[in-house]
Amino acid sequence: MNHGPGTGPTPAVLVLEDGRVYRGAAFGATGSAFGEAVFTTGMTGYQETLTDPSYRRQVVVATAPQIGNTGWVAGDGPSVGNGPENPSDNESAAIWVAGFVIRDLAPRPSNWRSTTTLPQEMERQGVVGVSGVDTRALTRHLRTAGAMRCGIFSGAAVGELPGMLEQVRAQPPMAGADLTGEVSTPGIYTVPAQGSERFSVAAIDLGIKANTPRLLAANGIRTHVVPASITVEEIESLGVDGVFLSNGPGDPATADAIVELTKAILDRRIPLFGICFGNQILGRALGFGTFKLKFGHRGINQPVRDHGTGRVLVTAHNHGFAVDAPLDEVIDTPYGRAKVAFSCLNDGVVEGLECLDVPAFSVQFHPEAAAGPHDAGYLFARFVDLMADRKVSA
Amino acid sequence: MPRRTDIEHVLVIGSGPIVIGQACEFDYSGTQACRVLREEGIRVSLINSNPATIMTDPEFADATYIEPITAEYVEKVLADQAAHGFPVDAVLATLGGQTALNTAIALDERGVLAQYGVELIGADIPAIQRGEDRQVFKDVVRSIGGDVPRSAVCHTMEQVRATVSDLGLPVVIRPSFTMGGLGSGMAYTAKDLERLAGTGLAASPVHEVLIEESVLGWKEFELEVMRDGKDNAVVVCSIENLDPMGVHTGDSITVAPAMSLTDREYQRMRDLGLAILRAVGVATGGCNIQFAINPADGRMVVIEMNPRVSRSSALASKATGFPIAKIAAKLAIGYTLDEIANDITKATPAAFEPALDYVVVKIPRFAF
Repeated sequence: MNHGPGTGPTPAVLVLEDGRVYRGAAFGATGSAFGEAVFTTGMTGYQETLTDPSYRRQVVVATAPQIGNTGWVAGDGPSVGNGPENPSDNESAAIWVAGFVIRDLAPRPSNWRSTTTLPQEMERQGVVGVSGVDTRALTRHLRTAGAMRCGIFSGAAVGELPGMLEQVRAQPPMAGADLTGEVSTPGIYTVPAQGSERFSVAAIDLGIKANTPRLLAANGIRTHVVPASITVEEIESLGVDGVFLSNGPGDPATADAIVELTKAILDRRIPLFGICFGNQILGRALGFGTFKLKFGHRGINQPVRDHGTGRVLVTAHNHGFAVDAPLDEVIDTPYGRAKVAFSCLNDGVVEGLECLDVPAFSVQFHPEAAAGPHDAGYLFARFVDLMADRKVSA
Repeated sequence: MPRRTDIEHVLVIGSGPIVIGQACEFDYSGTQACRVLREEGIRVSLINSNPATIMTDPEFADATYIEPITAEYVEKVLADQAAHGFPVDAVLATLGGQTALNTAIALDERGVLAQYGVELIGADIPAIQRGEDRQVFKDVVRSIGGDVPRSAVCHTMEQVRATVSDLGLPVVIRPSFTMGGLGSGMAYTAKDLERLAGTGLAASPVHEVLIEESVLGWKEFELEVMRDGKDNAVVVCSIENLDPMGVHTGDSITVAPAMSLTDREYQRMRDLGLAILRAVGVATGGCNIQFAINPADGRMVVIEMNPRVSRSSALASKATGFPIAKIAAKLAIGYTLDEIANDITKATPAAFEPALDYVVVKIPRFAF
């Protein structure tokens, strides 16, 4: 709503690569933005979503009917580590989404912790948004036609359709995109354990969210967040008890270097836990394929079955790719036997892997939540158990 | 866990006349329950004093008794069915509002359930008592790390006055075991206090009122939660009252889903809601849990729960397309959420949490 009194809203246009056009009003920064159009169904937590590095180069469509109601919680810092008194709701230091598409923008926030409004923060960070879009029609289209490239054009960037469409189609597609280098930390930083320290872990930053080191810390783990370019020798020199593979953006088929690193970790039988992109990396290291889902899973209401307990967990999802593995059998891999440990009740997609002969497991969903439910939080304790078992047997 | 094979005959306690606490919402839920049970090949007996209900149409039950909804008459129904060679295996009392729940408690107190070997399905007596008794419920909430308004249970006016001298005015007065907030109120002055607490003590069947710290003006929320026999639990719907604490939910404009919670706040509420559901021990079915949040500092307190399908459940069902009463009936006879089909998609299971891309607004109509 970057407009003075009496001037009316600044027009904005969302252009899909198949030529569909949705018109609305600009909010946040004005200009142009490009990415893969994906929809998320979460009804809370837009701030966590916007600051999740896994959304790198994606234009996020919120199906929630009204956005901006809780403003923006900048807090007393970027919320790395255990957090200050009034922690930020940011999951990283910046907004990562390429653009934000919403139905209705709340005129004012209702949240005691809010320090600014969503459009003001998006404008400050130069993130382009469009409101007033029929997000239901758009989402239904993306479900039918699949996720695709798109562009948001607002203010002076709005032009003739053929020109805008040409710009959209000139963007690289998400399949084949290697984005890890764009989101990974340049250097190592350490998040201390809360209370007494039991273990230390190297967390390979493929686009990590702040809540992961926070939950590791809560489980008595000191976390060294390390760049994706790290070598296995450098990890060993840190003297850690385990390795964590984070979430992150892009196509896992392009991540050969991380897959090789993961194989070296499996060879050394260092306890390993992976989330989201990390699950796809473990899958590829075990010899499974990965593939792009038509429209992905993005939301905080996805039911997943824990094959070990039979229980259903409601979990946060944000993945456009998945591991291709058989659901109900023990599979022989170069690292011994493995099995699918979690699957989605809605469509049977693989949601987690477990190695039976090496200390490694991973999940496709987000036990660290933020945004999302905490049903799967016990997996951090399972990682602790894995490291404890390893120490006993070593 | 497929359907239990030891239940062949269920007595459904209906909703009675259309008054607060026994509203037409419970005809909706009870009708769904009867239909589900019969579809499962279970014999259904029904007691309901109100013939102007859908559920008392002949096709909804194998035997329908238009009789007062009291323990005395329910006992007669159990005896009559047994005499006809159809002993009742289980009583379902969580879909008929507060009247049905109170009748279940009375049946237990009279020893009728034990005498006829009848099981209460959905919520058992200890769970109902943990959910309904305000002091016990507060202890449950505290035991799982939740916060509640400061308060004291009083049985005499002397105790009421002593409590208020500690908490200060205004205070909320809540009689135990009454329906639709009957006898509840906010006392701003000593005069209000005398009148309201006196009425409340008289209205409560156990002569008990709760005097509570005022949360007037706080944000008000509800969660509709469900649990199955395998301990899978989901939040079906969140509801936010546009009118803050102090305006009865029945008189409030309410919105589903909740619109002004950060994810931190919502997940804290969800964690508490599911922990309460488990700690109260509602074995299967739906519950309604109410919360308040201080808009100045975010303090979240749990207000109360209904260990049964409530009036808000009907709104939540319509708002989300998740048929709470129908699924509660299936859960009561042994099915689990992942075994029941989602009514909207038909292809995915009911073990999920509906995500809305719209808001549903309930606006009360006052008969001025």
